[in-house]
Amino acid sequence: MKLTLKVWRQKDAKDKGRFETHQVEANEHMSFLEMLDVMNEQLVSEKKEPVAFEHDCREGICGACSMVINGQPHGPQKTTTTCQLHMRHFKDGDTIYIEPFRAKGFPVIKDLVVDRSAFDRIIQAGGFISVSTGQPVDGNALLVPKDVASKAFDAAACIGCGACVAACPNASAMLFVSAKVSHLALLPQGKVEATRRVRNMVRQMDEEGFGNCSNVTACEAECPKGISIENIARMNREYLCASFSSEE
Amino acid sequence: MQLEGKIPPGQLAEKWTQYKSTMPLVSPDNKRRLDIIVVGTGLAGASAAASLGELGYNVKVFTFHDSPRRAHSIAAQGGINAAKNYRNDGDSVYRLFYDTVKGGDYRSREANVYRLSEVSANIIDQCVAQGVPFAREYGGYLDNRSFGGVQVQRTFYARGQTGQQLLIGAYQAMSRQVSLGNVTLFNRHEMLDVVLIDGKARGIIARNLVTGEIERHSAHCVILATGGYGNVFYLSTNAMNCNVTAAWRAVKRGAFMANPCFTQIHPTCIPQYGEYQSKLTLMSESLRNDGRVWVPKKVEDAKAIREGRKTANDIPEEDRDYYLERRYPAFGNLVPRDVASRAAKVECDAGKGIVPTGLGVYLDFASAIARYGKSKAHSMGLENPDADTIRKLGEEVVEEKYGNLFEMYEKITGENPYKTPMKIYPAVHYTMGGLWVDYNLETNVPGLFALGECNFSDHGANRLGASALMQGLADGYFVIPYTVGTFLSKEIRTPKFSTDAPEFEEAEKAVTERLTKLLDNNGSQSVESFHRRLGKIMWEYCGMSRNEEGLKKAMGLIRELREEYHKEVYVPGSMNEYNPELEKAHRVADFMELGELMCLDALSRNESCGGHFREEYQTEEGEALRDDKNYAYVAAWEWTDTGKEPRLYKEPLKFEAVELKTRSYK
Repeated sequence: MKLTLKVWRQKDAKDKGRFETHQVEANEHMSFLEMLDVMNEQLVSEKKEPVAFEHDCREGICGACSMVINGQPHGPQKTTTTCQLHMRHFKDGDTIYIEPFRAKGFPVIKDLVVDRSAFDRIIQAGGFISVSTGQPVDGNALLVPKDVASKAFDAAACIGCGACVAACPNASAMLFVSAKVSHLALLPQGKVEATRRVRNMVRQMDEEGFGNCSNVTACEAECPKGISIENIARMNREYLCASFSSEE
Repeated sequence: MQLEGKIPPGQLAEKWTQYKSTMPLVSPDNKRRLDIIVVGTGLAGASAAASLGELGYNVKVFTFHDSPRRAHSIAAQGGINAAKNYRNDGDSVYRLFYDTVKGGDYRSREANVYRLSEVSANIIDQCVAQGVPFAREYGGYLDNRSFGGVQVQRTFYARGQTGQQLLIGAYQAMSRQVSLGNVTLFNRHEMLDVVLIDGKARGIIARNLVTGEIERHSAHCVILATGGYGNVFYLSTNAMNCNVTAAWRAVKRGAFMANPCFTQIHPTCIPQYGEYQSKLTLMSESLRNDGRVWVPKKVEDAKAIREGRKTANDIPEEDRDYYLERRYPAFGNLVPRDVASRAAKVECDAGKGIVPTGLGVYLDFASAIARYGKSKAHSMGLENPDADTIRKLGEEVVEEKYGNLFEMYEKITGENPYKTPMKIYPAVHYTMGGLWVDYNLETNVPGLFALGECNFSDHGANRLGASALMQGLADGYFVIPYTVGTFLSKEIRTPKFSTDAPEFEEAEKAVTERLTKLLDNNGSQSVESFHRRLGKIMWEYCGMSRNEEGLKKAMGLIRELREEYHKEVYVPGSMNEYNPELEKAHRVADFMELGELMCLDALSRNESCGGHFREEYQTEEGEALRDDKNYAYVAAWEWTDTGKEPRLYKEPLKFEAVELKTRSYK
């Protein structure tokens, strides 16, 4: 299949950036990133600079790949990361627009690569359970109902890719933050410091320049791991309770 | 020079406990004055950084990723082993130890493996406390399943994403230390050299991957947790950026590489489908709990399937060969990885492969779906359910167990594995070899430690499933926090190191020269094309089976390729910018040297054991033929200089608790 790619090129954070057009010969078995590999090999053979994009595991779990394909973060397939998107979902002659995740909280580093370290700082603000190595009791000492463990898992399945932010017209990080708040607040081990956690994480989220949630729910629709907006509701509840609490 | 394993005296079961209670300590006040560099933030690196930070050391942790959470530990699917005996099925520390030593085909250190088994139970407790959402039963207790090479259920899991959940646990523990100021995180920084002062590891040279700046970082000791080198084969289940550079740079500074030829070929991966393919995808070993591996009995049937004239469903039951169940009745589909991989190769070599390339076998869930369907119907009180109902109920159970894996398979192949069997073939997955370390996980370079897949220590010639996660976390949470003290307790009067020292100067200069040379080369071929060619040589001659002639040939081919590389490679862009091609070019250059050493190691080991199968050494039934008299040793290689033959040091393996036997899964 012959494709026309309109790819975003931007030298660094200060550069204004522009679309560049490339023709690529692909086949339907390729993954989207393998198709970009072909384009980059072409560029290298012409001694031009290849397009920078982030990727690693290519199994849909590391969360490194991050691009907006035809206006959708991770492209058209539901619950699929870019690396797991295959070219059989496109057809011969298609024109494909490829852009970086765009958000104030995610400054562009180069081409399609953005800086998502704001997510790390939000986790550092409180996205953990304060337990040191060697302290714990037996794993079965505190029972966790199967459905609770399962719900916590659903929230913990977030891969931290940032598609939720890219999808949101407000560039809000609520889905990401709420997934972590939910994961830990649901489990008995995480309840102890739930109040402190939600306060600190929300504070950091705001400091990083992410927008507010206005219930557009594009985040859920575009999330490659199907993280539910139920988590946002849970975080709001947690946050409200925390604001009435005198706990430190 | 004699390699000292530094295994503590005493009874096997007492060694670690006794050693821990008598080893030198560093007081809290002194810990604050000591700096530690940790390179890598996978399970081993993140857990080490977190634990050392908790102890009060000043930790600097480096990752080339944008976030520590991207490390490839995240992709581990199936689970983590621990000797909890929650199933009451006869598990114990000794049995986990025994299974691991046997699974490794008696090429690992007894004392290390015993310690690993001992701390395995603590790992589960630690992870539960961190909020890892392990699978639970209705009663709220932790659930287990089985993995290859064992007859008990000791594997803990979080759906098919156990690695992800454990890594996030370690990442969060480390993030807490970052917030407390005990750990400083350097993301998008790649280590390009280790700096030795007076023979001890005192720092690293790292490149800031965003600005391209070369930085110097000093510390009292350096811990490498930089993973394995499976990507030397180009195609593997490793992430695209996994590489050997950090470990190889240590080797170039005098650290020994141990058993580099011990690589694990995982039996259940999605087969290769094209030349443009960039990586292979694993289908978790846990699938072999319920999936049955088969090929057609008749070569004509296999041919018909390959040519698209028949499908799996056209082959009647009596014409299918469930070859693992036939050859290994005691373990069946759950034989260890090396055995299952070789068996698949044997069938495909005999013309029974079922994909167009001839390199693929079936992994079939039909029996499991029927079995679970019947059981579910029974529990729902359905009398005489029809086949469709059974199928539907069975598929639901299978979905609950392996849903995400089936989905991933369908996304990649476009085929529905609930309806037709999966097609699978072995692929490079893990490297048991790695930096040589003693019982303290210290390399032969004082002050340089290696953890996780980066070291060689626990898996011998073959790793059992669900043991990589166990080892990474054991090393980081429960071993290094103690053993690092054996080195640092002697350093409490050592002041901080200035990065102006001539050793830093020299190392930085060497790094800059290497990178400049690659950039100035102005050849005409891409890094990628060379990496692919290297991978082909490795897979052909140093892959699932090896022989003397092939290995010798491969070494010549690699040398030629290396020369060509340094003449012909083209690296675009410049040094002082974000330049992924330059990163890759430097990594591939190191793979080119490692590849040759792997072949040399394979050539010098005139026996078959675990993942190392030398065609000249096999039993009449085609099983690996070990030579304990001559090869029960760890091969530790000193890299002298490119062009000169590396030097071999042997660390003899003594077996006191386990009797050396032919490994049988029949």
